[in-house]
Amino acid sequence: MFMHLAQPQTAAHETPPKTISFEIVNLSRRRFVKGASGAAFTLAIAACAPNKPSTVSEAVAPIPDNSAVASGPLVFISIAADGRTQITNPRSEMGQQVITTVAQMIADELEVAWDKLEIKQAVGDAKYGDQNTDGSTSVRNHFKRFRMAGASMRQMLTQAAANEWGVDISECSSELGVIKHSSGKTLTYGDVAAAASQLEVPAEDSVKLKSRKEWRYIGKDQTSFTIPDVIRGKGTYGIDVRVPNMLYAVVARPPTVFGRIKSLNDRAALAVRGVTKVIRLPDPQGEAAAFQQLGGVAVIATDTWAAIQGREALEIEWEAGANGNYDSESYGRQLRATARKSGAVKLKRGDVAAAMEGAAKTVTAEYYAAHLSQSPMEPPSATAQWTDGKVECWACTQNPQAARSTVAAICGIPEEDVTIHVTLLGGGFGRKSKPDFIVEAALIAREAGAPVKVTWTREDDVRHGYFHAVSAQYMQAGLDAAGKPTAMLHRTVFPSINSTFGPADEGSNFELSLGATDAPWAVPNLQVEVGKAKAHIRIGWLRSVANVYHAFANQSFAAELAEAAGQDPKDYLLAMIGSDRQIDLSKDGVTYPNYGASLEEHPIDTARMKAVLNKVADMAKWGRDVPDGHGLGISVHRSFLSYVATAIEVAVDAEGKISFPGIWVAVDAGTVVNPANTKVQMEGGTLYGISNALYGEITAKNGVVEQGNFPDWRVMRINESPHKVEVHIMESDAPPGGVGEPGTPTAAPALANAIFAATGQRLRSLPLLGQNDRLKMTKEG
Amino acid sequence: MAITLKINGKNKSVDAAEGTPLLWVLRDHMGLTGTKFGCGVAQCGACTVHVDGVPIRSCITAHEDVEGSDVTTIEAASGKVADAIRAAWEELAVPQCGYCQAGQIMSAINLLETNKSPTDDDIDNAMSGNICRCATYVRIRAAIKDAAKSV
Ligand code: FES
Ligand code: FES
Repeated sequence: MFMHLAQPQTAAHETPPKTISFEIVNLSRRRFVKGASGAAFTLAIAACAPNKPSTVSEAVAPIPDNSAVASGPLVFISIAADGRTQITNPRSEMGQQVITTVAQMIADELEVAWDKLEIKQAVGDAKYGDQNTDGSTSVRNHFKRFRMAGASMRQMLTQAAANEWGVDISECSSELGVIKHSSGKTLTYGDVAAAASQLEVPAEDSVKLKSRKEWRYIGKDQTSFTIPDVIRGKGTYGIDVRVPNMLYAVVARPPTVFGRIKSLNDRAALAVRGVTKVIRLPDPQGEAAAFQQLGGVAVIATDTWAAIQGREALEIEWEAGANGNYDSESYGRQLRATARKSGAVKLKRGDVAAAMEGAAKTVTAEYYAAHLSQSPMEPPSATAQWTDGKVECWACTQNPQAARSTVAAICGIPEEDVTIHVTLLGGGFGRKSKPDFIVEAALIAREAGAPVKVTWTREDDVRHGYFHAVSAQYMQAGLDAAGKPTAMLHRTVFPSINSTFGPADEGSNFELSLGATDAPWAVPNLQVEVGKAKAHIRIGWLRSVANVYHAFANQSFAAELAEAAGQDPKDYLLAMIGSDRQIDLSKDGVTYPNYGASLEEHPIDTARMKAVLNKVADMAKWGRDVPDGHGLGISVHRSFLSYVATAIEVAVDAEGKISFPGIWVAVDAGTVVNPANTKVQMEGGTLYGISNALYGEITAKNGVVEQGNFPDWRVMRINESPHKVEVHIMESDAPPGGVGEPGTPTAAPALANAIFAATGQRLRSLPLLGQNDRLKMTKEG
Repeated sequence: MAITLKINGKNKSVDAAEGTPLLWVLRDHMGLTGTKFGCGVAQCGACTVHVDGVPIRSCITAHEDVEGSDVTTIEAASGKVADAIRAAWEELAVPQCGYCQAGQIMSAINLLETNKSPTDDDIDNAMSGNICRCATYVRIRAAIKDAAKSV
């Protein structure tokens, strides 16, 4: 078992193993509902004859409607005469073990032995369908088509054996790469691969998927394809790519977004040993930064260190531009002030104002959360090489198709002339779905006339990111005499991710649907409003996106209401979620995107939400007496179609130091392909959430991000980490939900609720600690 | 001027500017990319290698300063302890993205080589210089303890 990742040294010269390769192209017909409007695309299944080039047009030749096919996802699998089975993995591996998971889905239906599998990493190409490895979609959006591809191929191989024996396919079965006839005769997949490649691909309705009971790999803890390499220093990440005769570059970017160079003196930089060239990058065009390069000056050298030294020696005067006034302190005040005023109504149920009037008690709270940086451990890095007007790039990208189209557009060449090889990613968390760093590599390599690797230093990563939005939220509730909420108002204000791509001065429907408009409250009067906020730095996705701050506010506020009502937070939360039902947001005037999935398949199901909440309460032994200074906090949230509840026990000592005697997570992600890895992702997602909640804070002054490296930009270390995170996966036959992100949103509110339980202090502003090691023990939150 | 460094048991001639950190000599000059760059300022531990058996941050160590020493990188880390660490890492599926793990493993090897049964505090002290943004800390701690048992 081994894997190929795009390796420039070998890619150019490698002759493929002598295989009779056929490519099964799964173009199965299915309906894909995006948001409220159903956009269907037609797919079918096609197979290429051996040794034919595997271009899209060849592969889809038998399909009548080419336009539909162009957007259709193809799955490439090939089987060699010796039975080796190569899967082309179209998704990006960033530690979520997607290579293993994709292999599980395909190999299960194909009925192939695990040790026969080889993985080839796909380049960025529309023929693979959506490759954007973002939004926890790799399983939930592709579960059926990966299995169909495997099953179709299995059927063709079995048919080929039946033909060879002159028997009916119904008399044949296959198991682990061996096809058996009822008489006892056998042939292997390798024996019949060539014959199978000549067959028509079976119609989808003639292909039978396995029943759950028959699953061999799905639902099992298959071991990772990447870990054995990684622990030997062998995996190739973006930053590790090497191309013969390559040079190394770092870029001095404008400190403010859309800042420009006023003057440049590069004499001292060029005198640094190893520096070969200094070039100016083009300024970004238009009003939106999108995925463009940020401009600035690239220093090219014979090694990375020389490039860094050269950059230090540059004398640049910058013009700050329109974003030069961005100041986090005043901006934060402004956000809070905006949140205190009415905004645009995005969800309206009943009459909140009237119900507040009539309430026995009203409770108000304001929450704040700072900008965050994804800061994957591997900073962005890309290598580009130009040959005859075409460019090949190697990069740690979550989105090779966006990389391809953006590089093509900015370099002014057709997409066909851009190849994006996807390496391993040393973490992504949303940062690497933006290909600006790949654009830089392409531009610099063209100008340098040599292959160039661009490395972002940590300072570059922290200062020039696509930041998680800063946010202010205002919550108000009216309680009746029994303490039951009768009205709730949620106002949220944050610079939108849309501002990175065009004019946008308020949170989008998409962002509101991440934890604001889809809050599960069974309150008769409910209103969600959004306020205006302009962005002055690039705003981008970070693991679980707006769910982070929306769940923080909603789930903290639920606990505050429980306190106001003098009730147990868990029981109160259950009551706020209310009866078992499927929430219909259209009644409240909300067009709910539901993470791109249909509501029939993936309703907002309060029974599942309460089930994880009850489960986690059991795990944490909710209600037990805890030692002095300890406290239990709880929260629950649905995101990316999965339900997660988190309970945290904190201990806060007399000096305000926090530790974690216990953390429990219950997850209902529907059908789970790899349980062991799902647990790992829940652990990782939880700790990522805790790290950001405790320490994460990016601030700007005069348009410039103030943090540069660790520890100004602080992340959790092992001595600050919990020693245990106990995860329970709910048994479920429901269609798969996401796993990579849903562990994060519940972490911050469970933590704040636990701190309240331990200390009586309600903390409403993230980060909780920032640069401090102790909680400030004040009266106010 | 070229100098000779002993990397993973082999003498290698390097011609890099004086002061160039060992990290970039390993990665860019020798193609030993298993040792990672994470911060460049001795804050994250991704670049950890052994110099005469002692873990150092190669991002702040001038390459000429290790002339005459034995440098070992993740690619060549071997022996009973290294084997036990790798086995435990695999068994507990410690790595997520894996990017920090070369540094984690190099730090953990030294910990177990100098301390057969580390306590939680020992682990904190030896490992707190190694950041893992995927936050694999729970499993790192458990894997170190497992490896300690098997050495
Ligand atoms: S790269 Fe050396 S400690 Fe971070
Ligand atoms: S495993 Fe990803 S940074 Fe440690």
